[in-house]
Amino acid sequence: MRGMSLIVQVMAGLLAGMVFLYGGYIILHGHLTPGGGFAGGVLVAAALILLSLAYGSVEQVEKRRYIFSSVFESLGGVFFLALALVGYFAADCFFRNTGVFYLGKPLQLVSGGLIPLANIAIGVKVGAGLFAVFLALGASRFVMKE
Amino acid sequence: MIELYILLGVMLAAALVASETKNLLAAAVALGLVGFSVAIMFILAQAPDLAIVQIVVETLTVVFFTAVILRTTEIDTTATSGLKMETAMFIAAFLAFGGLFLSLIIGVFRELPTFGQPLMRLATDYIQFGLERTGAANIVAAIILDFRGYDTLGEATVLFTAVVGVLTVMRFVTKKKPGGS
Amino acid sequence: MIPYIACVLLFLIGLYVVVSKRNLIKIVIGFCLIEYAVNLFFALVGFKKGALPPIITGADQVRLGVARNFVDPIPQALVLTAIVIGLSTTALMLSLALRLYEKHKTFDVSEFRKLKG
Repeated sequence: MRGMSLIVQVMAGLLAGMVFLYGGYIILHGHLTPGGGFAGGVLVAAALILLSLAYGSVEQVEKRRYIFSSVFESLGGVFFLALALVGYFAADCFFRNTGVFYLGKPLQLVSGGLIPLANIAIGVKVGAGLFAVFLALGASRFVMKE
Repeated sequence: MIELYILLGVMLAAALVASETKNLLAAAVALGLVGFSVAIMFILAQAPDLAIVQIVVETLTVVFFTAVILRTTEIDTTATSGLKMETAMFIAAFLAFGGLFLSLIIGVFRELPTFGQPLMRLATDYIQFGLERTGAANIVAAIILDFRGYDTLGEATVLFTAVVGVLTVMRFVTKKKPGGS
Repeated sequence: MIPYIACVLLFLIGLYVVVSKRNLIKIVIGFCLIEYAVNLFFALVGFKKGALPPIITGADQVRLGVARNFVDPIPQALVLTAIVIGLSTTALMLSLALRLYEKHKTFDVSEFRKLKG
């Protein structure tokens, strides 16, 4: 994938940091304001896609990036399942929230028990997965011959 | 509610443009316009969670379409060479499926509540006890992650399957070493 | 009733594109239109006139017993999942379309019926 000119590269570097931070904010405050894990995860993927489009790279680097991304996606899924299993082993049912996790006072950042942790797991999963999909669609080489 | 009707008209016009134009990039942009109209209608229907997700997902959909179209071809070359027999068969198939769908929908429309007054039999329980049972102020987040957590687990599985499918179909294949059989 | 009829019309436009177009990218666009129509229909079923979005904001809404006039939150929770699943389905269909173009050098579906050895 070819990169772009110097102006685009500098602006993309500044903007990608802000978009990444905004995506992290939407993920973390998913239990207080609208948004949550899915919207924040897709925003994180959009920041990574912006950087990848502006700088460009050769195919070997893309392949290493996409392997790294799919490892992160699997880790996010495993973390989500582990959170659900904690309720199963500590109390009686799957996905249990009230007896096991810390509920706290309402309208605070540290509250809601299982919900912010599950939002973080889903955000990592969705973001890494969609970035790997974009690399596969946009940067892989045509391999079939006539 | 006049904004809702204007947006519905814009959405239908953009859908007609997306289906009939010969330039594939223009079709992708018209699909983006349909998606953004749907997002603004989600805001008018008092659903900010859905509006945020629809806007970002729509942006990524248009980016994926553009990435595929710019690698291959921009012009739809099948639109000019129309065969009369095949076109008649396609119109007949559409009328058959569309007629079946409409006959079922008319029966559904008689039983729906009027637009603007939902029944909310289960939702009163979730709204009243949602905060004290889960501790989250966003009731939609409490529903998808605590009351109906299995649906989110199934959705994570579907997303994982789709990502694995895309990465398998578009494999990064390394060059074969010269001298192999 | 008019918003529901507009959603059904959008669904029929998407169905027409899937059934009768021969370009593969147009067929994928038709599937996307069908998904948007279904999501919009579902979200509009839960709308309540003159109500607030289902988020508890101030301290006076935290007390139990204070009447909360909220929109139905259950269709929103179901459509939230459906939107992300629509994106993943579109990505999978686009990857298959790209591979088919690579093999046959065209997006025309009537060319795919010719089986070559």
